[in-house]
Amino acid sequence: MMGKRSAFLTGLTVIAAAVTLTACGGQSGSKTATSGKALSGKVTAVGSTALQPLVEQAAKDFQAKNPNVTVNVQGGGSGTGLSQVAQGAVDIGNSDIFAESKPGVATDKITEHKVAVIGFAPVVNPDTKVKKLTMVQLQNIFAGKVTNWKQVGGKNEKIVLVNRATGSGTRATFDDNVMKGKKSVKSQEQDSSGAVQKIVGSTPGAISYLAFSYLTKNLQAVAIDGVTPTTANVLNNKWKIWSYEHMYTQKKANKVATAFIKFMNSDHVQGELVKKLGYISIKDMQVVKDAKGNVTNK
Amino acid sequence: MNKQLFNSSKEIRQDKLGRLLVYSALTVVLVLACAMLYFIFSKGIATFTQDHINFWDFLTRSNWNTDNLQKPDLGAWALMVTSAETTLLAVLVTTPLALVIAIYIVVMSPKIGGRIVQPLTELLLGIPSVVYGFVGLTVLIPVLRRWAGGTGFGVLAAALVLALMILPTITSLAVEALNGVPQSYQTFAYSLGCTKWQVIVHVLLKISAPNLLVAVIFGVARAFGEALAVQMVIGNTVQLPLGLFTPAATLTSKLTTDMGNTIDGTLASNALWSLALLLLVMSLIFNLLAKLVLRRSQSRESISR
Repeated sequence: MMGKRSAFLTGLTVIAAAVTLTACGGQSGSKTATSGKALSGKVTAVGSTALQPLVEQAAKDFQAKNPNVTVNVQGGGSGTGLSQVAQGAVDIGNSDIFAESKPGVATDKITEHKVAVIGFAPVVNPDTKVKKLTMVQLQNIFAGKVTNWKQVGGKNEKIVLVNRATGSGTRATFDDNVMKGKKSVKSQEQDSSGAVQKIVGSTPGAISYLAFSYLTKNLQAVAIDGVTPTTANVLNNKWKIWSYEHMYTQKKANKVATAFIKFMNSDHVQGELVKKLGYISIKDMQVVKDAKGNVTNK
Repeated sequence: MNKQLFNSSKEIRQDKLGRLLVYSALTVVLVLACAMLYFIFSKGIATFTQDHINFWDFLTRSNWNTDNLQKPDLGAWALMVTSAETTLLAVLVTTPLALVIAIYIVVMSPKIGGRIVQPLTELLLGIPSVVYGFVGLTVLIPVLRRWAGGTGFGVLAAALVLALMILPTITSLAVEALNGVPQSYQTFAYSLGCTKWQVIVHVLLKISAPNLLVAVIFGVARAFGEALAVQMVIGNTVQLPLGLFTPAATLTSKLTTDMGNTIDGTLASNALWSLALLLLVMSLIFNLLAKLVLRRSQSRESISR
């Protein structure tokens, strides 16, 4: 009896292993079929939560135009987006960062499309009385060298650092453009912009950084080296803390995915949606930034 | 005539169909469980086999730095300590409370207790953890901040939220445990002139002690595995929780915070799988512990009979 049972169990384990292995190896392609002229099929876009609102709205409009198309938009984070698209599990991976800057992504399998620009600003709780900082002061605050607001012209109050999670797109942008290789001191890490917004707004002495679209009245956005965080200043790179929003497709993208990316770059999206939702249009930018952070004029 | 004899009857076919259903359901569950175990184990050990992180370092160090690929500094010690500390605090706060509620429901006032108090505590069980986290974030954190200064985020906030979350678990299991004591024992004790207090302490609590311990163990398991609510109030800093108001991170909160930001197959992702493996091992231990306690009490019971 016992032997029979254990044989049964071993059999099950083998089946389980086989199932998992095939699940890992298999590439779940999307069901796409183009019948005649009308575009039809299904596209899945996964990744960055910062880009999600724009893609969702664009997907709605795209589906209204192409009734036979389903665009499925999900969050999950830039890392998820990049690894899923590189593995061929989804059609589009949304990311706040260049795939090249994330080790472990098979960049040769995917094609990059820039669809928008996001500006980021340091934010502080208004009770700190700080409205402007220099870039060096900002670095020192996050490196833990400056620990009281009075050291940088504010009120006598302890500085409370709130970082985004290591590896998140916002954190990467901040590290690249502000810290520039310097190490951030151990501090709170939050995994969403919404949480950061809430915490900085309610905690005395708190400082963090947020995308322009998350700036609210109960937060004080900080000017750096005399430059205020505005869209106009991002366009000509006077304001340094900004990044592209990318949508990565597979090298051999299917028709629907290609059409959707094209739609993302259309006047409707770039001219209306992008601005309405607080992003900056790719077409308005006067400069170009590459994956290593070098900025050149367009 | 012949045909009818050799064909199986409707009842036999019913029986066979039922057996088929049971076995296929069983197979699905077993396959899923094995697949999960295999998956977590194979991915969890990749940190050590593929990225060559020293296993001992992983257990004893308290930094979480996966950015520097040449010299990664990776350790789950602080996470494990924080998990243990928040869980322990939560259980310490909740257990006396849950016991009192259970005693009220079973002994003091089965009518009000059973009709109002018990459904109310069970209602708490149905509240999603994100709601607990949200209440913690908007109500508890400002109170703690005003009371103790600092940011309010930290071990104590997490422990208090957890305490509330495991209250219904421990309470309903404790009610069951107390109800499991035969009514005749109580009647007998009363007839000997025992007071209510004596009956509760010397009869009810004493006899149901092993089952009450199991209730606490299940509470511990739930608190240990809770991720979302903790993540919202603990402050997410990988460091040893030296004070009650130190922002820290637990095994589970680290997992939820970093999950979306890692690339499959890299050290950062593998390390998270290792945390999942640690959690799995811990919950296995809790389950075994509960089983062990129950078995010992049962064998003792059969001896005393």
